[in-house]
Amino acid sequence: MSPLAEASNVTKTFGGFTAVKDVNLRVEPGEIVGLLGANGAGKTTLIKMLLGLTRATSGSVALFGQPPSRQTRSRLGYVPQGLGLYDDLTTAENMAFTAKVFNEAKNVPLPEEIARYAGDLIGSMSLGAQRRVAFAQALSHQPDLLILDEPTSGVDPLGRARLWETIADAADAGAGVLVTTHYMEEAGECGRLVIMADGVVVAAGTASDIIGSSQATVVEADSWAAAFSRCEAAGLAVALAGRGLRVPGVDPAKVRLALGDLPGARVRQVPATLEERFFELVDAGG
Amino acid sequence: MTGWGTQDLTVRYGKKTALAKVTLQAQAGQVTAVVGGDGAGKTTLLRCLAGTLAPTTGTVRKPAKQRIGYLPSSSGIYPDLTVLENLDFRATSYKLPRQAARARAEEYLDRAGLADAKNRLAGQLSGGMRQKLAVIAAMLHQPDLLVLDEPTTGVDPVSRSGLWWLIARAAADGCAVVLATTYLDEAERCATVLVLDAGTALAAGPSDEIVAAMPGVLCRVADKPAGEAARRAWRRGGRWRVWLERPPDTPGAELVTPDLQDAVTVAAIAREITMTEEVAA
Repeated sequence: MSPLAEASNVTKTFGGFTAVKDVNLRVEPGEIVGLLGANGAGKTTLIKMLLGLTRATSGSVALFGQPPSRQTRSRLGYVPQGLGLYDDLTTAENMAFTAKVFNEAKNVPLPEEIARYAGDLIGSMSLGAQRRVAFAQALSHQPDLLILDEPTSGVDPLGRARLWETIADAADAGAGVLVTTHYMEEAGECGRLVIMADGVVVAAGTASDIIGSSQATVVEADSWAAAFSRCEAAGLAVALAGRGLRVPGVDPAKVRLALGDLPGARVRQVPATLEERFFELVDAGG
Repeated sequence: MTGWGTQDLTVRYGKKTALAKVTLQAQAGQVTAVVGGDGAGKTTLLRCLAGTLAPTTGTVRKPAKQRIGYLPSSSGIYPDLTVLENLDFRATSYKLPRQAARARAEEYLDRAGLADAKNRLAGQLSGGMRQKLAVIAAMLHQPDLLVLDEPTTGVDPVSRSGLWWLIARAAADGCAVVLATTYLDEAERCATVLVLDAGTALAAGPSDEIVAAMPGVLCRVADKPAGEAARRAWRRGGRWRVWLERPPDTPGAELVTPDLQDAVTVAAIAREITMTEEVAA
């Protein structure tokens, strides 16, 4: 059986600029694949090629084993960053519009989680509620593949957990999911991650595969501000962490040296976070 | 009480209560996070701290206007001025010594990864670059209180790390920084956290204390629990967490050590349950 979505050695250039270079990506039924990268990494261009909105300069893109087309579109659910809802229509009207576009049956009851918003204008609803409607809309025609661009931006933690429940339910029912996020914590919800930088894939695998043996040094001191200044002066890339600091990718001995005789200074080595590893990869690739 | 902040701050817009009795403390040299989703009341609280909105009741302790730096949710940058012109303009408005202000601006731009964009029009910057410029503009006069409304929302991870360097730098220089965010991993970087939900405080304090104060225990299970337990469960890391009042007697139940995200999720679930019970009663 062919993957739901497959990009093979895909390159996209705009004039002299290469936005995506020789990228391979596939999404199988039932899996959630997270696509991570900085702005300009090529994520949006890659998604546009998968959606059939733009053509690859070289390499090939297949959806359900064939080139993207109107037919493949009907098996796809897409939630763009801007949600793609009509602000001056109600929830029920937005849902009816989608049903018509996909030739689905009319007068299907609204899913339980959005039924209470049926008569509300989208523009008058909170962002969290709008996101639920956008999800319900993308799922209403039981797509085989879901593509979600920053699906939980601006949503509170419980609301975010509930949205991920919806995403996971779709995957458990056999859909493949491709999701972009800027929020590393959410990468833990994905079975597999693909990290892009400057148009190329710099890492792929589970979060723990990608983190590997990367380390960070945690610094505690009587005054975090003084510790910050000393690390800065030594040219270390230091980040605030609660009442302490973290220095990714630098071993404790070197940090110790930078801190000198700072009162109460303690250092210890810990595994890097995915975000810290991400910066290492992006710096190396960029 | 030391530092800046609010005490029992309530704000009503007509009949709608945007904030109800919210207390926030912001210490010099520390970063305080205000966390919550869309509509939680973060912007209302920050506007009161910055002095652009008057409280309905309660008090606000804040420095004189020229000692506050404020980044509103819309960034306050002039799109048809260049990056440096925006900062020069800011320096002039605050009557800063010209050379010192320029030197500081250059250093911040360099550290935030904007050195190559100095002469570009602000309107042509990417979202992340514009946010970094806006934060630099807000902190350029070295305020005593820096109030940042969602500086990192929608910003990519690389720009976000530049923003966090600026935030840390302002606090290391002795400023009290208060920032709004929807991201709990960012809140964990801060010395103290205030979690807002529908205008009221769900939790407040250093994040380890919020976690320690979580009632009950957390269990990790493979499948979504059925029936009534489902509302006390949520998905995390590909499996399910269930919030229980006491450790279960079932052998093999896997207890997990909660983090800030778990504690905040539990607080939100507890509130949801209380609210449904009130409606039912």
